[in-house]
Amino acid sequence: MGKAKSMLLTVDNINVYYGSVQALRNVSFHVSRGEIVSLVGANGAGKSTTLRALSGVLRPASGRILHEGAPIAGLPPHRIVRRGLSHVPEGRGVFANMSVLENLEMGGYARASGKETAEGIARVFELFPRLAERRDQNAGTLSGGEQQMLAIGRALVRRPGLLLLDEPSMGLSPLLVREIFRMIGEIHRAGTTILLVEQNACMALSVADRAYVLEAGEITLEGRASDLREDPKVRAAYLGDAVE
Amino acid sequence: MEYFLQQALNGLQLGFVYALIALGYTMVYGIVRLINFAHGDVFMVGSFLAFYAIDRFHLPLTAVFGVAVGGCALLAVAIERVAYRPLRNAPKIAALITAIGVSLFLEYFTALHQVFGPNYYAFPRPFRVVTWEVGGIVFTNIQAIILAVTFACLLVLQFIVYRTRVGRGMRAVSYDKVTSGLMGVNVDAVISFTFGLGAALAGVGGVLYGIAYPQINTFMGIMPGLKAFTAAVLGGIGSIPGALLGALIMGQSETMAAAYLSSTYRDGIAFLLLIGVLLWKPTGILGKSSQEKV
Repeated sequence: MGKAKSMLLTVDNINVYYGSVQALRNVSFHVSRGEIVSLVGANGAGKSTTLRALSGVLRPASGRILHEGAPIAGLPPHRIVRRGLSHVPEGRGVFANMSVLENLEMGGYARASGKETAEGIARVFELFPRLAERRDQNAGTLSGGEQQMLAIGRALVRRPGLLLLDEPSMGLSPLLVREIFRMIGEIHRAGTTILLVEQNACMALSVADRAYVLEAGEITLEGRASDLREDPKVRAAYLGDAVE
Repeated sequence: MEYFLQQALNGLQLGFVYALIALGYTMVYGIVRLINFAHGDVFMVGSFLAFYAIDRFHLPLTAVFGVAVGGCALLAVAIERVAYRPLRNAPKIAALITAIGVSLFLEYFTALHQVFGPNYYAFPRPFRVVTWEVGGIVFTNIQAIILAVTFACLLVLQFIVYRTRVGRGMRAVSYDKVTSGLMGVNVDAVISFTFGLGAALAGVGGVLYGIAYPQINTFMGIMPGLKAFTAAVLGGIGSIPGALLGALIMGQSETMAAAYLSSTYRDGIAFLLLIGVLLWKPTGILGKSSQEKV
């Protein structure tokens, strides 16, 4: 009972198809409250597909997804967001036709009151002062790193219980990647549970508590991030041991 | 000079009616990338609803607008739900052909005797026409009403799109449906609302058109629909200010062609403009070239 209560998200044997192509095979994992859990794997392994299934963009053909014990598989995305799952999509998805502030206001769309949104935005500006400086600027004119901050900030406006991050390091310089991961640590310490999808396994395993390795739509390894970092197979496949 | 100004005034009147239709084309295109060819027929239904409201039920003018606006909005929401939503993820051409099918259905179904009927009907004037003459130019209260009502509609539209929650949802969905859903936007509801809003404006247009050009039949939506579509493309499809600008240009060029060349040229000029825009600037005057999202 105590275990079930701390279980924020349970994914139970989900299968997802794109047309006739199977993208996920019997994927099961869980996230407990307060954790950072990472899904690592190569390009095309099904990491983003998993997040899309969680946030309702894709509907699993079979299997269960439980959020705080309630089934959410098949619900439309806007209903899932309102339960407190915030998905920062791959490629950021900022609204380039809106200002930074309007983007953040979109983050509060699922919330009823303007006051809560305003407070949420104030918190985001504290976390990312750079966004505050550019609040009236068109989001399309921001640099890649700033857009990533905006995408993460926008998801934080609604104070999610669970933050789903898809490739936050994509297309960023090593310096910015470190900056973004520092932010992720900070967001986690402030009390947000995080499910992180990354190709940059090295960074992902350094911040995560636990991790799962996805290969061709199946989970092939799981364990504590610190153990996986020492795993010879993981080192060879994802941490670039052979190159060193 | 007086003749020119008189014609410019007539062109403005026509342009404003086109604008009310063009806005629906452009908003729906902006949000689902569909040319809703049934939109001109929704406008026709608005005219007929107003006709019945005045002729059979003798309603006051504000109630006439209410009936047309409400009826058109409901009709468009139903069309979207039944005909377009099931094709949301189908190839674009399927939805386009469906739109043409819905258009033909509305025209011929309403032409049945049991519905609106196949004849031309005289649209009753709901008020006495008053004319004023200022410096040789004749104004009518019809023109005054068209200008005032259209202007009010534009202000309301501007307010909805830029100052309300659902308006913010519309702008988000038009940019990126998937991400909008992730923000908590009910994408289907926003799309329904957009169809309803566009049709409401067409309904207003239908009432005004009936008052200004008082002969209606069930095929009356075709030409204004095509002209308004052309206006939306001319201004830059997907752009709200573009639809207004395109419609005003359209109204002027048509009226001027009829005044200075021959009235048989008016439709030709309209479609010449369409061909010209598609050849030289397919994105229209205020349209942005669509960027591929990474």
